[in-house]
Formats: sequence, structure tokens, C-alpha cells
Amino acid sequence: MTAAVEFVGVARSFGSVKALAGVSLAVEEGEFFGLLGPNGAGKTTLISIAAGLTRADAGTASILGHDVVRDYRAARRALGVVPQELVFDPFFSVRETLEIQSGYFGIRDNGAWIDEILHHLDLTSKANANMRSLSGGMKRRVLVGQALVHKPPVIVLDEPTAGVDVELRQSLWGFIRKLNRDGHTIILTTHYLEEAEALCGRIAMLKAGKVVALDTKHNLLSRFAGITVRVGADRVPAAWQPRVLREEGGLHFVALDHYADLEMLLQEMRKEGLAIRELALLEADLEDVFLKIMGGDLRGAPAGAAA
Amino acid sequence: MIRIAGAGWPTLLYKELLRFWKVAFQTILAPVLSALLYLLIFSHVLESHVTVYGGVRYTEFLIPGLVMMSVLQNAFANSSSSLIQSKITGNLIFMLLPPLSPGDLYAAYVLGAMVRGLVVGSGVFVVTLFFVPSLLAMPHPLWALAFALLGSAILGTLGLLAGMWADKFDQLAVFQNFIIVPLTFLSGVFYSIHSLPPFWQAASRWNPFFYMIDGFRYGFFGQSDVPPMFSLALVAGCCAVLSSLTLTLLRRGWKLRH
Repeated sequence: MTAAVEFVGVARSFGSVKALAGVSLAVEEGEFFGLLGPNGAGKTTLISIAAGLTRADAGTASILGHDVVRDYRAARRALGVVPQELVFDPFFSVRETLEIQSGYFGIRDNGAWIDEILHHLDLTSKANANMRSLSGGMKRRVLVGQALVHKPPVIVLDEPTAGVDVELRQSLWGFIRKLNRDGHTIILTTHYLEEAEALCGRIAMLKAGKVVALDTKHNLLSRFAGITVRVGADRVPAAWQPRVLREEGGLHFVALDHYADLEMLLQEMRKEGLAIRELALLEADLEDVFLKIMGGDLRGAPAGAAA
Repeated sequence: MIRIAGAGWPTLLYKELLRFWKVAFQTILAPVLSALLYLLIFSHVLESHVTVYGGVRYTEFLIPGLVMMSVLQNAFANSSSSLIQSKITGNLIFMLLPPLSPGDLYAAYVLGAMVRGLVVGSGVFVVTLFFVPSLLAMPHPLWALAFALLGSAILGTLGLLAGMWADKFDQLAVFQNFIIVPLTFLSGVFYSIHSLPPFWQAASRWNPFFYMIDGFRYGFFGQSDVPPMFSLALVAGCCAVLSSLTLTLLRRGWKLRH
């Protein structure tokens, strides 16, 4: 199967700054893929290379098998990008903006699809309003609409919910999820880790221009976040003290590597006659994984990184 | 899923035209008015002092120069300001993401600039006909048209180059005020170079704008400072060189794709 988006050994420097240091990564068709990393990790550079906005110093990128440089027309037709910057053309209305964007892709009479986009993005009442008169959140939704005018099979959203209020964020994600169910491949970069956790099936984490983790969300969570157990007791056995993440009013948060460790902990507490007042297993979240990976605490090799 | 897509450049051309049409007061009427002011002032002051070709009054001589100057300056203004605005506001990305080729971008920006230049030039011509109706009886209208088309294409291309090169409005203003304006003003819009001292006559011959204006004027009077065929060849050559330079730079994504 052809990958929706494939990067092979992509490197790019800006002056002495190495933005990307050899990134290889394949996103399969139909995935909802997350690209995470701190500022300056190279996420936007990577996306810009896929979109043909930036040239790679080395390596190749392709969209559905079309090389983004050699076969740029087919590659760009297959790709819709929602840029990070809130940009607009002040000369035009919302509908004109979407019609003109359709025309750039050689599509005329796109009215029915534009109406549908406007409806899903809750912009129907603003169709004839000038872009200047829109709020930031509305402008952001027009950008999403512009990325969809040509019904691209692959959609990249670069920080799409910055500045969009919570309610609209939900409806935006509803729409993007629907597009994913309809078969569109979605690639998302976001600073909101809870968004990535809620939406993405597979996640790549970038750090200093390198892929430091690449796996399903489920595997990342179980692999990197480990398990935290909250034990209410006077103390935990001395051997377990180094594993205590924090303590709050007699509650000890203990990091476990495996569920088997829980059995050991309980045995030792029984042995020392420590009464357990409360016991709860805490679910890991992506933020823990993110912080652990970005902090360099990898506990072994990253799964499938640079594969 | 994806519809078969046709060419995207006609839409970019349409966008370029809509952009200046929506602010026509500023982009069409204002330059027509300035050309008219030049005509009123210069013809009033100089009519009886300046001799040009035999049998041609100064005001008659001045009008084709003003028309062509308007064509050139507005063609430059259109492509350069459109591109720099898109670069600075960031909406250039809307044109870089679609499958528009370097040739598509070139065609749309330059044709848009040509239309703006020719619309303003026609406006100036129509208004000035009230003063000198006899100008309508041009002996060689096709020559005039050829120079207007080539001149506006050259300036539209220069505008595209300037817009690509400039990162700020300030830099574009430098290009405009220190290159385009002096070259147009010193190209024989307001005088025949035969009235200049020998040094400045020779200097004018290095100014490509001089040939555009001189050739354009040939269409109106059947007389010119240099043979029109020579001017045409030179102007067409300039157009070819600048176009291929611009297309090469667009292909490389110079200052557009990083």
C-alpha cells in the first residue's frame, strides 16, 4: 500500500540551525496521525516540506506516492494544509476566498461543496462577510475550509485550534473526525496534548529535528507513561521510596513498570504490617509520555523510531 | 474523489484583476487624474517654449508620453504591490499550496499587471482626447499597441521581480522611487531627446524606457527619435531576457519557497 505521506531521510538546516536531522516517517492512508514536539522541534518545517513550501536539503517527501518536488502538481492536489499562521486576503469575502482557492486547483463550479464546508464550519451566515470583519476563530475556520476546497485525500492541520474557543473546537473536531471516517488521512500538529490523545491513533514525537518516538497512542501510553498507583498508608516500604513520585496528605503516588509490580508492592506492605486505607490505579496520559520523552528519560530505545 | 483539475492560473489572473478593481479609485482613477494634472501644468507652461518634432505641438507630443508613462508605472505597481502584500500578510501561502506552476504564477501576475496598465493608459488617453481630439487619427495604431503590450509586460515582470526581492514595503519603495520613477521621467515623456545636450542624449539611449515611449509615440505621429523597428527589437529583447530571468527565479522558488 502506498503511504499517504512518506518522508525518507529528510534533513533541512537554516544557517547553522539544524531544523530537521534526517526524518523518516510514513503515515498510512486513513490514519489520524499526531505530530508532537516542543517549539522548534521541526514540526512545521516537516509539514512545509510536504507542502512544497520549503525545500529539503536531503531526503524525499511524497504524498500518496507523488514526490513533492518532481511530481508537485499531483502531490499538491492530494494535500490540503491548514497553516499555523492566521492569514487571510483582506480584499475578499468568505465565499470569494473559497471560490478563488478552488479555482487555483482548477476547480470551477464548486458551489455545492463550498456550501457544505460553510455549513460544517458554522460559517454559512458569514459567507458574504469580508474576511477583515471576522473574528480570529472564524478566520481560522475559513483557513480550514480553504484547505478542503479540493477534497484532498490527505489533510494536514498545523496547530489548528489555537485561538478557537472551546465550543467551536468541539464542532471543528467533529467535522475533522467525520472527514477521517470518510477515508481522509489526517495529520495533526498540536500543543494541546489532550487533543492529540483524544483524536490520534498513532503519534510521532519530534525533538531537535529527530523522531524520538513513533508508535500507536496505546503503546506509547503503556510503554512510556508506565502505571501510577495511589496508595493511602502511613508510609511505603523503604525499598519503594525511590519510586514515589509525590506525597499528598498520606497519599503516596508510586510509579510501577508493570502490573506485576503492584502485586510485589502489596506483598511487601503486608509483610511490614502497613495498613492500606486507599488504593487506586491512575491512568497515564499523553502529557506524562511527552514530558518523559522530551526530558530524555526514554527507558530504553524509542519504539520504531526512525524505522 | 478528486475532480479532474484544469488550469489554476486563470483564477489567479481573475483574483489579480478583482484585487485592483475593488479599489478602482486608488488604482485607476487616481493615476488618470495625476496624468491629467501633468498634462494641464506642463502644456500650460511649456507649450510655447519647447519644440519637438516638426509639425507636432508640444501638448500633442506630451499626451502619448503620459499615456505610456501611466501604462508602465501602473503595470509595475500592480504586480509589485500585489505580491509584496501577499508576502507580508502571509496569504501568499494560498498561491503556493495549490499546483500552480512557475509559468502559471508568471502568466497571472504579468497579465494582471498588463491589464491594469492598459486600463489606466486607456483612461488617460480617453480623457486627454477632450484636449486634443486629433490624436485619435493615429497613423500606426498597431505600433502603439505593440509597444503598450510589450512595455506593460516588461514593467509587470519588473514588478514581479521587485515583489519577490523585497521583504518590506520600504524596499519596494526604494525600487520604485530610485529605479522605476527616474527611468520613466528621464525617458523622454516630457521632451524629445533631440532637445537635450549631447551627453544626456547619449545617456538616454541606455534607458530602455526611452525606446518604449519613443516607439509608442511613433504610432501617433509616424515620427520618432529612433527607427521604430530598432526600438521594437530592443524592447522585445528586454522583455524576453527579463521574462526568462523571472521564470528561472520562480522555478527555483527564489525568496518564495524557502
